[in-house]
Amino acid sequence: MGGMINLKINDIPISIEEGASILDAAKKINIQIPTLCHHDDLCVAGNCRVCVVEQAGMKTLPTACSTPVTEGMEILTNTPRVLGCRRTIIELLLSEHNVDCPHCYRNVNCELQGLAEEYSVDNPKLISLVTDESVEISSPSIRKDSSRCIRCQRCVRTCAELQHVTALCVANRGAEMKISTFMDRPMDQVVCTSCGQCINRCPTGALVEHNYIAEIWDHLGDPDKYLVVQTAPAVRVGLGEMLGFDPGTRVTGKMVTALRMIGFDAVFDTNFTADLTIMEEGTELLLRLKKALLDKKPVALPLLTSCSPGWIKYIEHEHHSLLDNLSTCKSPQQMFGPLAKTYYAEKAGIDPAGMIVVSIMPCTAKKFEANRPEMKVSGYKDVDYVLTTREFGRMIKQAGLDFKNLEDSKCDSILGKHTGAGVIFGATGGVAEAALRTVYEIITGREVPFKNLNITAVRGMEGVREASIKIEDCVDDWKFLEGVSLKVAIAHGLANARMLMKQVEKGESPYHFIEVMACPGGCLGGGGQPIPTNREIREKRAKAIYEEDESLELRKSHENPEVQKLYEEFLGKPGGRRSHELLHTSYTARS
Amino acid sequence: MARSPFPKKISDSHKRVDLIFSELPTEKTLQKIIKMTPDRIIRDITDSGLRGRGGAGFPTGRKWTYAREAEGDEKYIICNADEGEPGTFKDREILDRRSGKVFLGMAIAAKAVGANRGFIYLRGEYSYMAKDLLGEIDEFNKLLTSKSVDFKIELRLGAGAYVCGEETALIESMEGHRGEARNKPPFPATVGFRGKPTVVNNVETLVYATMIISIGPKKFEELGTKYSHGAKVFCISGDAGLKGMFELELGMKTDEFVNIFGDGATKAVQVGGASGQCVPRKKFKDTILGFEGVPTGGSMMLFNSSRSMYNVLKNYLEFFTEESCGQCTPCRVGCQQLLRGIEAVKTGRLPNTYLDDLIRVAKTMRITAKCGLGQSVANPFISIVDNFREEMMHF
Amino acid sequence: MIDINAPVTDPGVKNALDKRGNARESLLPILLEVVKENSFLTDTAMKEIAGALDISSAEVFGVASFYEFLPIGYNGKNTIRVCKNISCYIEGKDEIIKAIEDFLKIKAGETTRDGKFTFKTANCLGWCHKGPAMLINDTPHTDLTPEKAIALISEYT
Repeated sequence: MGGMINLKINDIPISIEEGASILDAAKKINIQIPTLCHHDDLCVAGNCRVCVVEQAGMKTLPTACSTPVTEGMEILTNTPRVLGCRRTIIELLLSEHNVDCPHCYRNVNCELQGLAEEYSVDNPKLISLVTDESVEISSPSIRKDSSRCIRCQRCVRTCAELQHVTALCVANRGAEMKISTFMDRPMDQVVCTSCGQCINRCPTGALVEHNYIAEIWDHLGDPDKYLVVQTAPAVRVGLGEMLGFDPGTRVTGKMVTALRMIGFDAVFDTNFTADLTIMEEGTELLLRLKKALLDKKPVALPLLTSCSPGWIKYIEHEHHSLLDNLSTCKSPQQMFGPLAKTYYAEKAGIDPAGMIVVSIMPCTAKKFEANRPEMKVSGYKDVDYVLTTREFGRMIKQAGLDFKNLEDSKCDSILGKHTGAGVIFGATGGVAEAALRTVYEIITGREVPFKNLNITAVRGMEGVREASIKIEDCVDDWKFLEGVSLKVAIAHGLANARMLMKQVEKGESPYHFIEVMACPGGCLGGGGQPIPTNREIREKRAKAIYEEDESLELRKSHENPEVQKLYEEFLGKPGGRRSHELLHTSYTARS
Repeated sequence: MARSPFPKKISDSHKRVDLIFSELPTEKTLQKIIKMTPDRIIRDITDSGLRGRGGAGFPTGRKWTYAREAEGDEKYIICNADEGEPGTFKDREILDRRSGKVFLGMAIAAKAVGANRGFIYLRGEYSYMAKDLLGEIDEFNKLLTSKSVDFKIELRLGAGAYVCGEETALIESMEGHRGEARNKPPFPATVGFRGKPTVVNNVETLVYATMIISIGPKKFEELGTKYSHGAKVFCISGDAGLKGMFELELGMKTDEFVNIFGDGATKAVQVGGASGQCVPRKKFKDTILGFEGVPTGGSMMLFNSSRSMYNVLKNYLEFFTEESCGQCTPCRVGCQQLLRGIEAVKTGRLPNTYLDDLIRVAKTMRITAKCGLGQSVANPFISIVDNFREEMMHF
Repeated sequence: MIDINAPVTDPGVKNALDKRGNARESLLPILLEVVKENSFLTDTAMKEIAGALDISSAEVFGVASFYEFLPIGYNGKNTIRVCKNISCYIEGKDEIIKAIEDFLKIKAGETTRDGKFTFKTANCLGWCHKGPAMLINDTPHTDLTPEKAIALISEYT
C-alpha cells in the first residue's frame, strides 16, 4: 500500500493511491458513474451492477465500485456498450420493483427513480415480476415493503456492519432471494432495534418509517385537542436539507415559526429536558460513584447513558447482564411527555386528557419508545406521536410554507428554554460533554478546565473515543473524589457500542461513564434524518450543533433557569421522589 | 423414436485416450513428486498446456504460478468436486474409481504453490460417497505423513447449490456463508479461503496434473490441437446412441462426435451443459470441441429431431432461475425475465419480436453478471434462440 | 438475544457442536449434521447454533435457506429427490414423478401425513447417462422405471 497507480479514465490520465477503486478514481476527476448498492458508509458489495464500465482488454464489464485500479488500466465510462448495459440493468431492476411511484413514500427521493429518469427508461418492456404488494407494518418504527426492494443489501450491510445487529438478512436464493428476518418473522418479533439506519440507506421505498402525518393533521384540525410539540436538538441541523438549505445549516428559528404556523398550540424544545436529563443523570452518576468509592458498596459501573432508544432496545436484546448499568433516566423525549401532561398542563390550565404530545425526532426508535407500555406515568400516553425530521419536513411542504423565508421565532416558555449543553445532545459525545460540564462543576465548584467549555476530546467521528478528567480541589461534599481521574468513553453506532460492552461484561472496563448513541454520528445521523446520509453530511451537521451551542448564552444544564424553576416548583431535587416517578424508568430483558 | 445401435464402434476412434482412469501406483508417484522442485512442477504443467477442465478453461500453470508468487503464511489447495452442471457425472466417477490420482494431483499442486492444507469440496448430492472417500483420504494422509510430506487433505460437504461450483462461491460456502460469488479481483490465487492464497481446481484437472507429472508434459501436450492440448472426459447423455463417459482428445469436430455418439437423428448438441452452447446440425461440420471452438466442462447432451428446443431451453432457464445465487441484478432478474419471456412469446402473450429484447438482456448478462453462472446463461439462450427461433415462436 | 453460554437443549445441535466445534467456518457442517439427526432445522436449533457460534440467528437462517439440503421448519423422515433436468426428462422423469405422487398421495414439494416422506424434484444429480435418477436420502438410484421407483420407496415405509 501507499504507492501511486496511474491509469486513464475516458483518456484522462489520473494518479491515485493503490487500493482505490475505479469509482474513487472517477470521482477524483469529476466523472459520474451511477451506483445503487454502493454506499460510502458500507463495505463494497458489487451486486447491483449499474456501475459497470469498459476496461481495455477485457471482454466483460467490471464494476467501478469493486474493481481496484491497476497500473496502466484504461477505463471508458460512457461508451454505447456501457450505457446500453446500464439501461438494461435499470430495466431489470424496475421489473422486480413495484413501479407505483406516486404512492411511494420515497417518490422523488428515490435513487432508482433517479436513474430511470437519467437513463430514459421510459418505455418498460420487461414483464413485471412483482407479485406480492403487501407491506410489513408490525413495527411502530419501520415499514418494510418487499415489492419495492431491489435487493441491493445496503440495509443488511447497515444492520450487520454499522450496528452488529443483523436483524435483517438475505434469505433463499435465485428468484426467491429476498431481504428477510429470522424465519421471515415480522419486524416487531425480531432483534430489530428500530434505529432506522436501514431506512437512511435504502435507495428506494422498501424501508421507510411508519409515518403518522395524517393522524397529526387530523388532530390539528380538531378544536378539542391541544397540541404540544417538542423538537429534538438534531432536528434543527438536518431539517433544512429537505427544504432547500445545504447540509449543516441551522434552522432553529424558522423551525419554531413553522411549527406555530402549522398549528401547534405550544411549541417547546426537547433541549429543555436534555438539560433536565443532565441534572438527573449527573446526580445518578455522582450517587453511584459515592456508593462505590465512599460507601464501598456494590453498584453497577460504568454508568451507561439511556437517551438513545435504539441503544436501549439493543442492550435489552443483547446484554442482559448490563441492564443495571443503564442510567434509570428516561430519554429527554420521555421526560418531556409526562412533564407536559402534568406540570405544564396544570400551570396552563389545560386538561391533559385533551392534550396531544407530539415529538419531532431525528429518530425512528423514538416511535417505539413512545409506545413502550410503561411510558404512561402521567396517567395518559406520555408522548402520543413521534414524527421524524423527514415527516416534519413533509408537513411543512404540505402546509405550503415558504420555509426559506420564514422569520425566526423562539419557543414558548417553561418547557422551551435551553442551554448549549442541551443542544449538543444531538451529536455523539454531546451527552458526555454536557454531563462533564455540570458534574465537574458540582464536584469542584469550578468550570471544566477546557477552553471555552469545549471538551474537544469527546467530539468527532471516531467510532470509540475516551477522555479523562482529573478531579482536584473538590468541594466538601465530594472530597472522596479528590485525585480521581473521571474516565468517560463514547461510542456511536451499535457495532462500536458492542466492543465497549464486551469489555464491561468481562469486568475490564476502565470507565466510570459511557455514552452510547445507536446511530453513527449520534442523533444528527439518526434514522429519522433527511436522506441521504454520509460522513461528510454528518460532520457538517455536527459542526452546526457545536455552533448552536456556542451561540447560546447559557451552556451548562444546571444554569437553565427554567429547569431550576421546575425543581423549585414541582420536582423538588434531582433524583428526588417525584423525579423518580416521572423521569426514571426500568428495563426489560428481551429475547 | 427407436434408437439405432452403436453407429460406430468407439474403440475404433483414434481420438480415444486412456489417462484419467488408468491405474497409477500412488506411492511411487508420490516419491516422484517429492523429488521434484516447485519450479519444475509448474514448468511441466505450463508446458503441457493444461487448462482447467471444470468449464472455464483457465491455464492451470498460470493459476499455480499466481498462487506460488502470492504472499501468505498459509496456502490452500481446494479440489472442486461440486460437479453440478447438468449432463456431467465424470468427477463422481473419477473420485469413485481413481481418488488416489485426485489426491496426488492435490499434493502436486500443494508442492508447486507451497500449500500444506487441502480440501475436497464434495457436492451434497454425492454425500453417499463421503464414507469411502474419508477412508481413502485418511490412508493418503498417512502415506504423506510417512513420507514426511507436510500436506493434509480434508473433506468438506456441500449442501445442494449449483453456484458453489464457482470457485469464489465455493470458498464462501467453505467459510460457512451463503454460496455467493465474490468480487474479482482479487482472485483466489491471491486472496482465497480464509483470505489466503488458494488454488481451486476441478477433480479432472487435478488428475491430468498427476498424469502430466507421471508421463511428462510432452505426451499430454501432443494430444489435442494447438489451442486445446490434451484430452478430457466427455459425459454423453440425452438422445445418444452411446451414453456414458469417454475420454477423448480435444479438438474433435462435432460431426465426427455425432457420428460416434448420435442416434442417427441428432439435430443439436448442447456442449457444456446448461451453461454451454447449443450447436445445431448445420454447424456440426465447422464446430470444434475445444477451446478454439466450443469448449465443454464435459457435458454433451444430444437432442434428436423429436425434441422441442423450446422445452430444452425452458428447462435450462428453470434451472438457472433456481440456482442463481440471487445477489446480482443481471443474473437474479435476468434469468426470470428470460424464462417468463420465452413463455410469453410461446403462448402468444408477447410478440415474437420480444425474443430480440430478451437477447439484449442475455447479452447484458453475459458481460455484466458478477460470476460465471450469470454470464453463461447467455450461452444456451442465444445459441438456442438464434438457431431454433421458429421453435420459440407462437404461430 | 445471543448468549454463547446458554445451554443447548436440542440433542441434535449438541451432537453437531460436539462433533464440529463452534468456529464460524463450521456452520455448514453443523447444519448438515443437525439435519442428518433431526431431518430439518427448527427455530430453536438455529437459535442455539447462532448462540454457540456467536452470530445472529438471522444469519444462520440466511445461510440455511440458501442450500437445498438444509430444510427449515419441517421435513419428512426420508427425502426423495427426483432429477428434473433435461437428460432425465428425456429418459422419462415425468412418469417417475407421477408414479411417486400417486403412490405417496402427495405432490412434489410436499410431505406425507405420517411424516415419513418428503418428495421433491431436484436439479442434476449427476447420473445423466443412467436416467431417470433419484436420491432417497443419500442413496442414488438410477435407470428408474415407475415400478422400480415405487419398489425402492416401499423399502422405507
